[in-house]
Amino acid sequence: MTRAALRALAAYWARAPLQLAMLLLGLALATALWSGVQALNTEARSAYASAEALLGEADLDRLEAASGRIDEADHVALRRAGWQVSPVLEGRADLGAARVTVLGIDPLTAPPRTGAAGPGLAADDLGAFLGGQGRGFAHPETLDAVVGAAQVDLRADTNVPVGTVLVDIAQAQRLLDAPGALSRLLIAPDQPTGLPPLADIVPHLDRIAPAGDGGLAALTDSFHLNLTAFGLLAFAVGLFIVHSAVGLAFEQRRAMFRTLRALGLPLRRLMVLALAELMALALLAGLAGLALGYWVAALLLPDVAASLRGLYGAPVPGALRFDPLWALAGLGMALAGALAAGGQSLWRLWHMPVLAPAQPRAWATASAAAMRAQGAGAAGLAVVALGLGIWGDGLVAGFALLAAMLLAAALAVPVLLAGLIALVGRAVARAGPVAEWLAADARQQLPGLSLALMALMLALAANIGVGTMVGSFRATFIGWLDQRLVAEAYVTARTEDEARALRAWLEPRTDAILPVWSVETTLAGQPARVFGTADHATYRDHWPLLQSSPDAWDRLAAGEGVLINEQLARRADLWPGAALTIPGAGAFDVVAVYSDYGNPRGQAMLGIDAFTAAFPDAPRRQHALRLPPEDVPALRADLQDAFGLPSTLISDQAAAKALSMAIFERTFAITRALNVLTLSVAAVALFASLVTLSGIRLAQLAPLWALGMTRRRLAVLDLARTVALAALTAVIALPVGVALAQVLLAVINVQAFGWRLPLQLFPADWLRLTGWALLAATAAAALPALRLARSTPGALLRVFATAR
Amino acid sequence: MTALAITDLHKSFASTEGPIPVLRGVSLELAPGASLALTGESGSGKSTLLHIAAGLEPADRGEVRVAGAAMTGTDDDTRARLRRGTVGLVFQQFNLIPSLTVAGNLAFQARLADRHDPDWTDALAQRLGLADLVARYPEALSGGQQQRVAVGRCLAARPAVVLADEPTGNLDEATGDAVLDLLLEACAEAGAALLLVTHSPRLAARCDARLHLRAGVVAAP
Repeated sequence: MTRAALRALAAYWARAPLQLAMLLLGLALATALWSGVQALNTEARSAYASAEALLGEADLDRLEAASGRIDEADHVALRRAGWQVSPVLEGRADLGAARVTVLGIDPLTAPPRTGAAGPGLAADDLGAFLGGQGRGFAHPETLDAVVGAAQVDLRADTNVPVGTVLVDIAQAQRLLDAPGALSRLLIAPDQPTGLPPLADIVPHLDRIAPAGDGGLAALTDSFHLNLTAFGLLAFAVGLFIVHSAVGLAFEQRRAMFRTLRALGLPLRRLMVLALAELMALALLAGLAGLALGYWVAALLLPDVAASLRGLYGAPVPGALRFDPLWALAGLGMALAGALAAGGQSLWRLWHMPVLAPAQPRAWATASAAAMRAQGAGAAGLAVVALGLGIWGDGLVAGFALLAAMLLAAALAVPVLLAGLIALVGRAVARAGPVAEWLAADARQQLPGLSLALMALMLALAANIGVGTMVGSFRATFIGWLDQRLVAEAYVTARTEDEARALRAWLEPRTDAILPVWSVETTLAGQPARVFGTADHATYRDHWPLLQSSPDAWDRLAAGEGVLINEQLARRADLWPGAALTIPGAGAFDVVAVYSDYGNPRGQAMLGIDAFTAAFPDAPRRQHALRLPPEDVPALRADLQDAFGLPSTLISDQAAAKALSMAIFERTFAITRALNVLTLSVAAVALFASLVTLSGIRLAQLAPLWALGMTRRRLAVLDLARTVALAALTAVIALPVGVALAQVLLAVINVQAFGWRLPLQLFPADWLRLTGWALLAATAAAALPALRLARSTPGALLRVFATAR
Repeated sequence: MTALAITDLHKSFASTEGPIPVLRGVSLELAPGASLALTGESGSGKSTLLHIAAGLEPADRGEVRVAGAAMTGTDDDTRARLRRGTVGLVFQQFNLIPSLTVAGNLAFQARLADRHDPDWTDALAQRLGLADLVARYPEALSGGQQQRVAVGRCLAARPAVVLADEPTGNLDEATGDAVLDLLLEACAEAGAALLLVTHSPRLAARCDARLHLRAGVVAAP
């Protein structure tokens, strides 16, 4: 009995291969995008974990100098006093063809709890690590990039973050040209008793507790939440496809279910078989989806890595590893998604009376009550979104606001479309019977197409919203770059002596030499950088201030005030009038807040005199130069001749701007890729709905053909109807997208990155996007329309067959 | 001029066992206002003849002329134009347009043929007992009511020929009789010729003439 029933159920799919393909495609796409995004998140998070474990800073206190450099003598003094400390030197250097982070450690003193003990340092490696030319470790990806670097013998190790080379401290000092220098000293958690206080031995060093905020993982949380939200959106859109296909299959098999039960198949058995069928299809689609998801993730990972590097400086490898747990979770999502999408059909099967009328209920018809309920749901969610917008606080509230807003808009789509179609219908009623029918028909087709149109609206709104956000960001960023990069050239000396010589040499050849001197420190409990700033028109006339007190620049020059960036101002709630303590320099009044896009960390600007007084040991090697722009090429050539400076240490304004813009574009590469993917899935959803509907569409159109409309005209009208519905959906998506952009700019970005951007509108981009959406809708509707135009009279006549 | 003239009509359908002849030289003529019942067993070719007469299906051989215009040997566009201008179709399954109201359905073909006369349509609605139902959608009507709308839709366009394929097949006897009464009377009033395909000798007897098909040829009943 079971086998016969299974055969009867399966026979349906053999006769509806396109519908089966749509179901599998929908679920495979949903699984692919969801699991793809999860693979990206997992890969990135594991990279942060390895980075933090290697640096050993997640758990350990450390000693740092305000200048950013510690002398080796301090290390020796501490060890002699009995303190268990381990030196670390970190810096950037060119190795082979790549610029990498060189991390120098001492494996003999590194606290064993940390990854700083080094990866893969077996006893026989230790000698090689410490002695001779020195052996180092690097991620295989980094190894490929630095191939040919003769300075150090590198071995591959996946525990080392991408872009980092781990070497012995002496090797690091050699590679970084920093003899005797250290970046910090890690303090082992277990220390002998009776030690003299640190302040007595190294009073000039600050003991800094671990950040406790999870470092990169916390900093990048919002980025991964964004990715997850995109993945969920795509998953939901894919499930819309599955829901359509499963729903239609149920309706078309209603008579068969009834017959099977009438012939003696128990309802419970029928339910189990229907569920097994759904799960088998889900398993098949899930496996395909996993393969596709892995491929998508591998394709997107370089973009994600670029975004994470651009936004947070987070080291993420560009190659993907396979994780069986990820595959299992993806399959679980596929099965759960299929259950969610097919649940309604299964429920209806469970409640279907055995003597239900044999005439299939029109699948596409939905009651006015259902639409009213949907409208009420949309209104309720809109109120929730409004409430969250007014009273919500924090990143989670921001994302809840986004979710409520998008869900409300999606639920409102059929209601709004029905209203718009009614308006259009009234306007075209006098144009003729065909126009009137077309409007009435479009309205009646809405329930069947509503899920696909909701998906299209969400995809369009996401595209408009994210596009507007990125566009606003880009426009603001360009303006901001023009303000920030006023100097015509930037030059960096290799040593302090060279810097002094450079300043003397440049003095008569430039209009102004502006120091770009800075130290790493902690401000208001956050890692930050303090700059010394000259009193010059370059800053007074151009610096992008968001808020300031009237005499901000005078007070800065007098050493009474400090300027801070927006990120620090928002996170620490420091605005003009507040006081800020800079370790090693004292307390200052905040006199202005400036925009500082693209920098995840806090920043402060001190007057140059106050800076040099507080941080006499700060490196003074970088300078911004003011001179007529046309003199820059000659100066660059002279500098190279006079000092032998490599070209990488001299950059002009155009190059700096180009570099910044390139970083910006790379940062949003992943956004563009995800936008295209989401819109593509929505187009597939529309295609799937139209294909599945086309099975019952013939019966609706055959009478019109019989009444004297040609198949070609009906096909064209059907295509036009779909494109018109897509156009109306785009009209609805536009305000939703702009609202989404506003939430991203005013709520999410502020919470996630610490800066707020003004909303700018890009009508030309929206028009282009709408064009793409209409093209996608046309492509989605083309096949069903073509099938209709080419349908044989025999197929149409079957609709009128008296014996059914 | 005859409303419908069919001469030596042949039609066969392809199958895996070779072509199956369905019509083998059928001829008939129908004057304006006259009614003809086409009877025969299942598979005798009744519906195929009606479909070819309506231009829904091409013939293999032979000629169909509706109100003097050739329906056979023409392209799809011409057949569609002739169909909406001169032919009225009534099906067993009603085949109303679900997205339009009764009023919209009644006027649809007439408007399509650019021959809409609101007074005539109103009179038809009155005559068919649909005057109180014009604002409803088809799904809210009974089978008999839906078939009356189908009859009204076809007559509102003032066709030269009404082709009805088992129009009472989905209705009970009393309702079927009432619908047929209306169809016959309305066709006569409108001067439309009626070709009625039916299995029922009782209904066939109510037409002016009767033609019996057996295996694709005209035969004695």
